[in-house]
Amino acid sequence: MKHMKKVLVGALLLFAVIGIQAAEITVFAAASLTDSLKEIAADYEKSSGDKVTFNLGASSTLARQIDAGAPADIFFSADEAQMDGLAKQGLIDASTRKSRLGNSLVVVIPGDSTLQIQSAGDLTNAAVKQIALADPKAVPAGVYAKAWLTRQQLWPAIEPKVVPTENVRAALAAVESGNVELGVVYKTDAGISKMVKIAYEVPRADAPDISYPMALVKDSRQPEAAKKFLDYLSSKEAGQVFTRYGFLLRE
Amino acid sequence: MTAEEWQIVWFTAWVSALSTLAILPFGLALAWALARRDWPGKSLVETFVSLPLVMPPVATGLILLKILGRRGAIGGFLHNQLNLDIIFTWRAVLIALGVMSFPLLVHFARVAFEEVNPRLEQIARTLGASGWRVFFTITIPLAARGIIAGMILAFARALGEFGATIMVAGNIPGKTSTLSLSIFQDVQLGDDTHAFRLLGVSVVMAFVAVWCSQLLMRRKGKM
Repeated sequence: MKHMKKVLVGALLLFAVIGIQAAEITVFAAASLTDSLKEIAADYEKSSGDKVTFNLGASSTLARQIDAGAPADIFFSADEAQMDGLAKQGLIDASTRKSRLGNSLVVVIPGDSTLQIQSAGDLTNAAVKQIALADPKAVPAGVYAKAWLTRQQLWPAIEPKVVPTENVRAALAAVESGNVELGVVYKTDAGISKMVKIAYEVPRADAPDISYPMALVKDSRQPEAAKKFLDYLSSKEAGQVFTRYGFLLRE
Repeated sequence: MTAEEWQIVWFTAWVSALSTLAILPFGLALAWALARRDWPGKSLVETFVSLPLVMPPVATGLILLKILGRRGAIGGFLHNQLNLDIIFTWRAVLIALGVMSFPLLVHFARVAFEEVNPRLEQIARTLGASGWRVFFTITIPLAARGIIAGMILAFARALGEFGATIMVAGNIPGKTSTLSLSIFQDVQLGDDTHAFRLLGVSVVMAFVAVWCSQLLMRRKGKM
């Protein structure tokens, strides 16, 4: 019995020490941030000793999970609408909210495709049977793409061809597999895949403003550590990584 | 219920029924071969056919995706030769449902065939009936209860299929959206009322299917 007590106390002390030394920060982030954030987090883990874990997916899905009480410390969304939704319910710390990243849309085709896309109108071409989009009902990349095509007055012609996907990376994967003729994704997604090529870059004036807000989640269990990582995400070092992946820095 | 919701319900019921009918001839042939004949590799085939029942549906879906995709063996052939696409169309839903419910049908039909007394078949043969005639007039009627139970279970399995379907068919409104896919989608989007309505329909459909099967069983029992 005495022995047990010692072991227990020892274990508790050990946990306490680990607890003091390293916080584990959980970041709910848009799928399009996957590669850049992982690189930034790896750097941050080395310098701070904290551990950063990710839940990556469609911002709309993540917002829904946070709404349902998922244990997130930071929410990094691919559109303002999803962040607004959480802000309205008082689920994020509004004072920590920042939007520093921008992005642009591109039309991608499988690497071996010979399809020519000169303008948005070419998407209505009969040779284009299926178009992979992140679900235009809610997932930011799809919502942006729909807004772009609606402005071009092409959406009614495009909609029947749309294959909605879980998130933007799933749309990219559908193009990679060659099962759809083309997809609309972020420029940063197109950059990470060797199996697709960019057929058309959507002029920034034609598309809605693509903005990535981040904020501390109100129910965060380690707000201090999370705030430090949020600051790091706005740092010059992190900015360089984001730019290298093709994100636009705003200010 | 909106028109869009009815479309989802009809599509799900229709494609599930069609997939059950489509696998029926193959399922019965295989079940009979497993029940009545010994052949080399039998246990291998038996195990292979049961795989979709045990494997994660998403894994089965991935295999189908690779085979039926435009760069896959079968999908590539169909795309290039016949200009026919499978993935992300209703055909993919049909195939996914068929593959996923096939083991159930085979299992039940096999047990049913095994319970038919072979002597009755032999007597029919000695009276001059051909093998096919014996199969359709003796074996099938005697095994009907088990076969119908297998068909209803296969149909029910198809109604609720999710993992393999989402891999090969996506979730395209009005085209490949089934009840399960729509319910998941609605919850993801925060549209709970829509999800609850479809949930209600699922309960009713499941109830009717099971109820029908029980009625059928009872009538058969009296015969």
